[in-house]
Amino acid sequence: MAKTAEEAQKRGRPATAKAESERWELRLYVAGQTPRCVTAFANLKRLCEEHLKGQYSIQIVDLLREPQLAKGDQILAIPTLVRKLPVPVRKIIGDLSNTERVLVGLDLRPGKQE
Amino acid sequence: MAKSKTLRVLQKSPTGIQGLDEITNGGLPCGRTTLVAGSAGCGKTLLAMQFIVNGIRTYHEPGVFMAFEETAEDLALNMASLGYDLKQMMRRKLLALDYVRVEPREIYETGDYDLEGLFVRLGMMIDEVGAKRVAIDSLDALFSGLPNELILRAELRRLFRWLSDKGVTSIVTGEQGERTLTRHGLEEYVSECVIFLDHRVTNQIATRRLRIVKYRGSGHGTNEYPAMIDSSGINVLPISSLGLNYPVSKERVSSGVPRLDAMLGGKGYFKGSSVLISGTAGAGKSSLAAIFADRVCAAGGRCIYFSFEEAPAQIMRNMESIGIHLGQWVQKGLLHFESSRPTILGMESHLTAMYTLVERFRPAAVVVDPISNLTAIGDQAEVCAMLTRMIDFLKNRGITAVFTSLTEGGAPLEQTELGVSSLMDTWILLRMLESASERDRILYVLKSRGMAHSNQMREFTLSKDGVQLVDVYTGQGGVYTGSARLLQEDRDRAEQLAVAQAELRRQRELEKERVELENQMRSAQARLQSIQDELRAGAAVEKRRLDTAAQQRKDLARVRKAD
Repeated sequence: MAKTAEEAQKRGRPATAKAESERWELRLYVAGQTPRCVTAFANLKRLCEEHLKGQYSIQIVDLLREPQLAKGDQILAIPTLVRKLPVPVRKIIGDLSNTERVLVGLDLRPGKQE
Repeated sequence: MAKSKTLRVLQKSPTGIQGLDEITNGGLPCGRTTLVAGSAGCGKTLLAMQFIVNGIRTYHEPGVFMAFEETAEDLALNMASLGYDLKQMMRRKLLALDYVRVEPREIYETGDYDLEGLFVRLGMMIDEVGAKRVAIDSLDALFSGLPNELILRAELRRLFRWLSDKGVTSIVTGEQGERTLTRHGLEEYVSECVIFLDHRVTNQIATRRLRIVKYRGSGHGTNEYPAMIDSSGINVLPISSLGLNYPVSKERVSSGVPRLDAMLGGKGYFKGSSVLISGTAGAGKSSLAAIFADRVCAAGGRCIYFSFEEAPAQIMRNMESIGIHLGQWVQKGLLHFESSRPTILGMESHLTAMYTLVERFRPAAVVVDPISNLTAIGDQAEVCAMLTRMIDFLKNRGITAVFTSLTEGGAPLEQTELGVSSLMDTWILLRMLESASERDRILYVLKSRGMAHSNQMREFTLSKDGVQLVDVYTGQGGVYTGSARLLQEDRDRAEQLAVAQAELRRQRELEKERVELENQMRSAQARLQSIQDELRAGAAVEKRRLDTAAQQRKDLARVRKAD
């Protein structure tokens, strides 16, 4: 399965020192300008500037305006951050205020996942 | 329920599942959420889907189905087996179907969130088709995918309120918990209506049951109702709706045996009555039942023959041997055989299967052969309860029902194993009589409500010419059947002949004596006559002699010149 290949690729990569050339494609799902969504975006922006400077792009999807997009990424919780690239896809839900967990979730720091 | 113009009563949203609508007095609470709880495989998804599909097909209410456990493709495929074309409904914008995948491994929680995404998706689907009905199956997936229960519970509460505000009637499903109704306590949030589906295994036989745990603002049946899943989906048998107020008929139907009809007040069974034929093994119960089925079909009526012992082909072959040709009725579509081992289904499923078949086939009569076999799958109380339901159901529809029941050898004959005799209007007892090294069948009518039935025993004979009822021999020296009866009848005839001959002989003798006596009398008479004649002749001679003598004396005197 493709998954095992991805897994192997991931394990081979040092978790903290990511390859400089890697592109990070992030998508943040929100529903309107709620304080929680605003906080999430601010947290994300800060994190990316700290850890992924110059190699990330953030796309904001407002489900109130584009509800049909919720289906594609199987979005239930708001806000949800989806790491489209690098694979595998990861989903982080919540306002991203727990930085440690976000970093673990994004695979930017070794954690107890897997 | 008292209805007044000023009082607003709870509106109902019919599920289209007939039995369920009867139990709930019309359906699920309109504009509210109903929880369907149950263990795995009990039919929660099916119930939810039937609610949506029936809404579309029968009540012109578009629906939304949100699945957490099956993909849209799987669902469409599964429902196709029930004849639901989900894809077509989706194309016609009557149904919105969405599969929501919750993958716990992919999700990391970091801080506060809500389930607005779920609301957005649901809202979009509702708007897309203009849904009046929503099903969410099942919410348990959310609990496994989203670790923060506090948020989840708050969001579920909000979800149900939101659905209500949207004006849709919704159904949510939840897995049964260890000791609670649902594993995640969903019943706390759904306060209007909770339906519990049960899938129980007793003696290795699975039985489905449905119960309304609560229904705020509405009366509802409180029992556990038998439910069954068949090719048309879930069926619920609402027993409570049946009562003892069925219509009765004065019409009669022939039992198929003319002399039995004669015993039953001259006309046979009442139409729509329940008839029990009980007896020992081999007494001819099935034959009598089959004859009835044959008679019903011959009169142009439809009949269902439920057999728990024999395959249809075997019944037909066996009945051929007594001159009853059931095959022709099967071909004409008048007779339907339904053979199954009792152990195949649970009691309730049998009942529901019968119920469904009767609804579909609409027979004039039903034969159940035998009911005693049902004890293999339930205890006496259960069987009795089931038969009560069955009989009530059939009576409500004016269907004549003939049940056979096997009485174990040695058991009291006038006692059915199942204690169902009080449910029966007519009870015919067949028994074997052992005498002179043979067994003969005896039939009598133990009871028959509402008609002057015979109290006579009849001998019941089966031959290739069919069934005959023969008077038993009840002369001097007891009751005889079979060859003993024939023998006794022969003996009687011989005896009578002898008596007649003796009488004849005696009469002849008397005649002879009479003739003799007459002869004697005639000769005596003749002699009397001759004596009389002789006497008369004698007297004349004497007179002449005397006269002569007197003359002589005169002459002498004259001669002597005496003075």
